[in-house]
Amino acid sequence: MLPDRPIAPSTLSVKDLSWQILWNRDKCTLCGRCTAVCPVNAIEPGVFRKRNVTASIDPAAPPETRFSLFYGIRQRTDPAYACVGCAMCSLVCPNDAIIPARNDEADKQRFHINRGGQPRRRGGRRNQPAGILDRIKFIRISMLTDPALDAGRHEFELRTLLGRVLPPEQSLKFMKENGWIPPVREIYPLVIGGMSFGALSPNMWEGLQMGVAYLNEELGMPVRICTGEGGCPPRLLRSRFLKYVILQIASGYFGWDEIIHALPEMKEDPCAIEIKYGQGAKPGDGGLLMWHKVNKLIAAIRGVPPGVSLPSPPTHQTKYSIEESVAKMIQSMYMAWGFRVPVYPKISGTSTALAVLNNLTRNPYAAGLAIDGEDGGTGAAYNVSMDHMGHPIATNIRDCYLNLVTIGKQNELPLFAGGGIGKQGNLAANAAALIMLGASGVQTGKYIMQAAAGCIGSESDRCNICNIGRCPKGITSQDPRLYRRLDIEKVAERVVDVFLAFDTELKKIVAPLGRSTSLPIGMSDALGIDDYHAAERLKIKYVI
Amino acid sequence: MCRLFAITSQEPLSPMKAIEAMDVMREGHDGSGVGLFLRDLAGPFEEIKDAPILSGIFTEKGLRRLDTFMMDLGFMTKYKITIKVPKTPPPGVPKRDIYLIRAYEYPEEWEDLPVNELYTRLLRTRLRLRQMGEAEGDMIVFSFWPDVIMIKEIGDPMTVARYLDLDRKELWARVIMAQGRQNTNYAINLYACHPFFIQGFASMTNGENTAFIPIREYLSSRGFEGYIGYQSDSEVFTHILHYVHTHLGLGIEAYKHVITPLKDEDIAAHPDSAFLKQLKHSCRQLIIDGPNCVIGCLPDHTLFMAQDRKKLRPGVVGGRPGRFAFASEICGLDAAIPDRDKSKDFQPMYLDTAIVGPDRQEVKICCQTDPLPLQP
Repeated sequence: MLPDRPIAPSTLSVKDLSWQILWNRDKCTLCGRCTAVCPVNAIEPGVFRKRNVTASIDPAAPPETRFSLFYGIRQRTDPAYACVGCAMCSLVCPNDAIIPARNDEADKQRFHINRGGQPRRRGGRRNQPAGILDRIKFIRISMLTDPALDAGRHEFELRTLLGRVLPPEQSLKFMKENGWIPPVREIYPLVIGGMSFGALSPNMWEGLQMGVAYLNEELGMPVRICTGEGGCPPRLLRSRFLKYVILQIASGYFGWDEIIHALPEMKEDPCAIEIKYGQGAKPGDGGLLMWHKVNKLIAAIRGVPPGVSLPSPPTHQTKYSIEESVAKMIQSMYMAWGFRVPVYPKISGTSTALAVLNNLTRNPYAAGLAIDGEDGGTGAAYNVSMDHMGHPIATNIRDCYLNLVTIGKQNELPLFAGGGIGKQGNLAANAAALIMLGASGVQTGKYIMQAAAGCIGSESDRCNICNIGRCPKGITSQDPRLYRRLDIEKVAERVVDVFLAFDTELKKIVAPLGRSTSLPIGMSDALGIDDYHAAERLKIKYVI
Repeated sequence: MCRLFAITSQEPLSPMKAIEAMDVMREGHDGSGVGLFLRDLAGPFEEIKDAPILSGIFTEKGLRRLDTFMMDLGFMTKYKITIKVPKTPPPGVPKRDIYLIRAYEYPEEWEDLPVNELYTRLLRTRLRLRQMGEAEGDMIVFSFWPDVIMIKEIGDPMTVARYLDLDRKELWARVIMAQGRQNTNYAINLYACHPFFIQGFASMTNGENTAFIPIREYLSSRGFEGYIGYQSDSEVFTHILHYVHTHLGLGIEAYKHVITPLKDEDIAAHPDSAFLKQLKHSCRQLIIDGPNCVIGCLPDHTLFMAQDRKKLRPGVVGGRPGRFAFASEICGLDAAIPDRDKSKDFQPMYLDTAIVGPDRQEVKICCQTDPLPLQP
């Protein structure tokens, strides 16, 4: 831009952007890989004109001006093409000649990403790195009063239940009188949370499913994975591996035509049915699969035309009250599988969670309640929903658990916690803290994407372009040119790594507390935190 | 760690028998307290088996309040043991006014009550007294039940026993349970002292119960008025025992399946797998996580011992027909029943419940992998 030209409000300089590309001309081989790989076209090959002025030592000779050209990389400054910091350019550069660097001050780009009146939409997670879960410590260490257990030697049974567990008196009576009690699944307490076929690429999905199947069939770990809202590939529906899958139904009912039609041909029942009423990352907002990602395959599985955005409504449109919503839907789902499959709702973390919970306690079929806290991730949402809406998971779970304790139903209705577990990498510690606060198990999605597939998203607004289908790692893209980058077998291998490592860490946490034969659900005497008010609120010990 | 001793004998025994066994095992406890549970009483109580006996510690004022309260309810004193203690207690033992053991005659209107209602009223009376005592600090009530006496005090067991002169004939009994050591993990409080008792069920435990808080929360939320207290993490074992029998209608064979259920794969191989799976699921909050050795007594005078899943605590049972004892250590057993066939001594392992029935003829070993006798 020339200095005397008018500038538009959204005319930015490189300095105004969140990320700046540092490019080293000496190292660059001009191979072009970086510009080819950039998912947002933030860089392009550039032709730079350079003026060289040479002054002769002969005072009579005039200085000479020559112009030369060189080729290089130019960063675009249009906010629509701003660098997202994914650093794929660095990954592919043979000479380490290029790397994005975060602006050293608050960017100006954020004020211009709503051009056309469209607020920013993105994938990812709330951009807030810290969280309360990482501050919770496990303080009840078995010392001389009772010997600490050996995490490597003792026998452990760290499983949990998913399903409506009747109270002991009723359970025995009910069985005797009816020959039936509500179905209950014994599962591993770490569940891979709902990430839909559509949000994830086929390779990612297959890798996850393979990893889960391996954990179950070869390692005897009853790990379960939730489909998210987007249906389930027809072959999986008709395979024996369906028993490791929790099918999700949400307000768009995407994929359920296919599922219902597959019912007579199912060899196994699914593990459970999750009814999604809300999602921690974008509470009160429905699902969203943007048109970029709706290719022919996705369209077929979901039963929609290709190339259109697929928003799920914020609420289930056929329901108008919590009583009806829960009761009717739970019952229909139970009926579909002959009352053999647990059905439970998932809500986003909210201050009204107790009302939902109390309603469920009065519904004899509800098989649990999953609560997804504000730190949950998503494939696509409005930035404002992600960053500012929602309820932290810790107090939500604690309040719900203590409410169940008050009414004596803490074992009847298992609570599952999600949202931000392992967001700083401490998956087992966060999970154990939530379990001791009262969760029966935890759900995680983002951690799996990061650890099992190399997602580069972070809690500081890096990448976050899952919504437009250009995931540079091929995790959330439906473009074969992108998702073929992801090695399915390696994803499966990493899923197994993650669960095995988690299992060891969980044992390393519970063994010193003297626990091994049952999951320490609600063992709040083991928890401490260095914040007085947090301790009071969570009813755990204040320790400094 | 604490030490446990229990004995069941056709011939009545002096409580000192148990105290002596505790003394032999003293290396294993810190001598900070003693609790005694006596049942199937001999002596004067033999004649009044049905009369509820109140055991506790009272101040002079507390005793006056007790008398007023009991008379208002219509209870008449039928028999009492007066424990006169020297003016100065031995070091480590607090000064008390009255160690009370008093048998009552039921109020007239209670006499034709159905058994369950009677039991409920007895429990309520004890709880009410406990509540009154806690409010004023003048009464500590251990039990109020027919044919049961409980004595608890802080201090070295042998010193306390001599101080209270427990060798007296009126206290002889056929079932005796004793525990040495105050509960020191929580506040020093006689309500934290084993054995614990509720409606005919008694138990005492060695070891820390690491799952105490969730179990306490679960029992407290059962809506049963007797599930209170929990000054000790071991009280929950007694309440679970009571719960399994009275609420679930299951026998002692099922107790261990509740507190230490089999692993999922072992349940799958069990003849009663469906039932056990259901029990494990529905009683999940009652799973103890050890290390614990539990010795308990049922209303029919059966004694039993069960170990936790990891079997991290010592425990042995042995004896001869007519007299069997359960002890934390073999030396305790040796002190109590030297003339037994030691080759038949049994140390229950992680699947076993060792049971000596009211006939006192043999030790029955109930292994968790055995079929359950309860299926109708």
